[in-house]
Amino acid sequence: MHPIIKLVSQRLALGLLLLFGASALIFGLTEALPGDAAQAVLGQSATPEALANLREEMGLNRPALTRYFEWLGGILQGDLGQSLTNKLDIAESIGKRLGNTLFLACAAAVVSVPLAIFLGLLAVRYRNRWPDKLISAITLTTVSIPEFLIGYVVIYFVSVKLGWFSSLAMINDTMSFGQKLNAIALPAFVLTLVVLAQMMRMTRAAILNLMQSAYIETAELKGLSNFQVIARHAFPNAISPIVNVVMLNLAYLVVGVVVVEVVFVYPGMGQYLVDSVTKRDVPVVLACGVVFAAVYIGLNMFADIVSILANPRLRHPK
Amino acid sequence: MSDTLLKVRNLKIGATVYPPGEKPHDIDIVHGVSFDLERGKVLGLIGESGAGKSTIGLASMAYGRGGVELTGGEVWVNGRDILKTSHSDIRNLRGGEVAYVSQSAAASFNPAKKIMDQVVEAAVEHKKFSRKEAEGRARELFAKLGLPDPDNIGERYPHQVSGGQLQRCMTALALCPEPDLVVFDEPTTALDVTTQIDVLMAIKEAIRDTGVAALYITHDLAVVAQVSDDIMVLRMGNTVEYGNTDQIINNPQEEYTKALVSVRSIEHEEKKPTPDAVLSVEGITARYKGLNFDVLHNVNVDLHPGQTLAVVGESGSGKSTLARVITGLLPPRDGEITFAGRKLSGDLKGRSREDLRELQMIYQMADVAMNPRQTVGTIIGRPLEFYFNMRGAEKRKRIIELLDEIELGEKYMDRYPAELSGGQKQRVCIARSLAAKPKMIICDEVTSALDPLVADGILKLLLDLQKIEDVAYLFITHDLATVRAISDSIAVMYQGRVVRYGSKSEVLSPPFDDYTDLLLSSVPEMHLGWLEEVVAHRKMESAGN
Repeated sequence: MHPIIKLVSQRLALGLLLLFGASALIFGLTEALPGDAAQAVLGQSATPEALANLREEMGLNRPALTRYFEWLGGILQGDLGQSLTNKLDIAESIGKRLGNTLFLACAAAVVSVPLAIFLGLLAVRYRNRWPDKLISAITLTTVSIPEFLIGYVVIYFVSVKLGWFSSLAMINDTMSFGQKLNAIALPAFVLTLVVLAQMMRMTRAAILNLMQSAYIETAELKGLSNFQVIARHAFPNAISPIVNVVMLNLAYLVVGVVVVEVVFVYPGMGQYLVDSVTKRDVPVVLACGVVFAAVYIGLNMFADIVSILANPRLRHPK
Repeated sequence: MSDTLLKVRNLKIGATVYPPGEKPHDIDIVHGVSFDLERGKVLGLIGESGAGKSTIGLASMAYGRGGVELTGGEVWVNGRDILKTSHSDIRNLRGGEVAYVSQSAAASFNPAKKIMDQVVEAAVEHKKFSRKEAEGRARELFAKLGLPDPDNIGERYPHQVSGGQLQRCMTALALCPEPDLVVFDEPTTALDVTTQIDVLMAIKEAIRDTGVAALYITHDLAVVAQVSDDIMVLRMGNTVEYGNTDQIINNPQEEYTKALVSVRSIEHEEKKPTPDAVLSVEGITARYKGLNFDVLHNVNVDLHPGQTLAVVGESGSGKSTLARVITGLLPPRDGEITFAGRKLSGDLKGRSREDLRELQMIYQMADVAMNPRQTVGTIIGRPLEFYFNMRGAEKRKRIIELLDEIELGEKYMDRYPAELSGGQKQRVCIARSLAAKPKMIICDEVTSALDPLVADGILKLLLDLQKIEDVAYLFITHDLATVRAISDSIAVMYQGRVVRYGSKSEVLSPPFDDYTDLLLSSVPEMHLGWLEEVVAHRKMESAGN
């Protein structure tokens, strides 16, 4: 068998195993939380009898292991269960919100990934000169400020003072693609600022590390321009570390947008999760957790596979 | 039009160094060197490490490696001083007019790109040829340089061809844009001798056929004598002697050149084998974990007390694996090792402290074999504490004795490895192994990282110490000159087997087996025309078969 197929299938199997472990961990942790859905539905003043009846009705009295495997079986069939609080199908609610979150994340990624890599290349080209220092200073500043603060500052200047964009990023199905883009412009901008620095710094570091190689000297002695040397000879060898940090940041865009979604009142996964936690709506929390875990593991697995494919020794064995 | 292609006048090169704990300061690397190179001629630049030969070679491309700066003088290429020309003109010069072949083609090829893409890049970039023309020219060069399958080898990635082949690809890379001058920087140093001879011949013929001029940089005078018209001997950034090849080799004027020409003049009387052996290796077969083939096949050798057994072979022959088996780092699959009359456990864990003490090892890279944070005294004192429980004044006295034996002396006791030269570091490693009072020391390529004159000093020291301490050496090397200098008996290894074994005089006298013959005839000899003689001799032999 080709070594690549073997390595890639190993990664896939490992990813599935990891996802299984994550589901067990998420279930175990929500079990360990104080209070349950029955308590949340009936409130603090509920009588013990009423609580016991409701628990019986919701099936909360059965052993945790039984409930875990029932839940896991449901997920494997695409059934995430029903919300305890509003009896709606979770898969359907998540589907719409996950779509919104992914839309926002994609918009931010489409801008931030190419920009970060380009700025990284530029920083290497002018290393230790003013463009490098300026790029580092700006990106490090934006990553150091908490995102909610950036969010509010942006709202204050761009929507309140200048009135260019709405401060609310509400979107719905009736809007055109252009209207949607207009609505998410501000949150996407804030997210870009948040993830830019790490990707740009990693690109810079990975390529600078390679610039010491003998083959870079060979390229320089061929009379190539500095940018050709970096883009043609250093970048292809830096793909593996860059893809890893890009995927880590994409995962953050999906999983870590909670704060930004709340600031801009955006109907995505983050808000849904926060609402459900306050309502002790355990099935929804579990479902959100599993979806987040799947996105995170999936993206990192993808980065691993790209790293394997980027290695010419594995792609073209002797 | 004058025929002078490269004219260097009073070239000065410097660098800023940042020694730890001191202020950064400027040092001079090259102190005013001048020479001329005509079109189609080859100038050999020769010297030991630190002589500035690579630095001068790169200066002909207006390039300073690392923080190196060209601080003064003139470098004229094709009629203009390239130290004063524009940035874009320098780009045209590099790869277009002057090309570079480095010591390690393996590191100098980009691992992520196909060989062909890299070979034609400079020619296409400088608009000398279209991509298609350049590829055709590259295939011609591949064929001329004797590469297998010249039409398709360019489609491979660097890791898919051998080291010797890659070095020839690098030569093709340099010649592809039809430069006026090629700088060859130790192009055969990293190769095995049997490979070196082919690459050397390929380079020489390519130079002759294309009419390109060359700067040939090497530390090996025997090699440079085969390819160059003129030779410049450099030492610490100064010209020692500059003349035509015949004069430098056959009639050197300066003491330093004479020393280089006569290097490896150590003579050592072969000792007769004694009936008992300190080390007896019987039927050793071994393989590495995860491999499904053996790297050692039924190896049998004996080493007699106070004598030297040289294990010689090229890379991949299994000589270092044999050392790993003897030291217990790699338990053998079959066979046994008898040391000082007792059976040695195959696994390191099964060996007694006495076994460990009596069997010491010295490595190729002295600087990584020592803790950089320990002083020389601590390094040498450690085995004294560990094996003999020595403390205080007694230990100090013994350390000083050992430092005297390796000709360094007491003043080196408080120095750190970073303050020593390469040869001095290797001497400290020798003292450390002697401190254990071993019966036998395994020396794994201990002189290959050193300059010839320094290596000679180490070999002399090892021979002297053998007389005083009566210690046996298992001497692993790829260098036949070293073998001649130091051994009493020799084992020639090839592909995991001992192909020839016996006393030095037996092994080095005819009739030879095919491999030993190839190996012995491949060692460059310091007389003009040696390369052609060997190649002609081989052609005749293969025609005769």
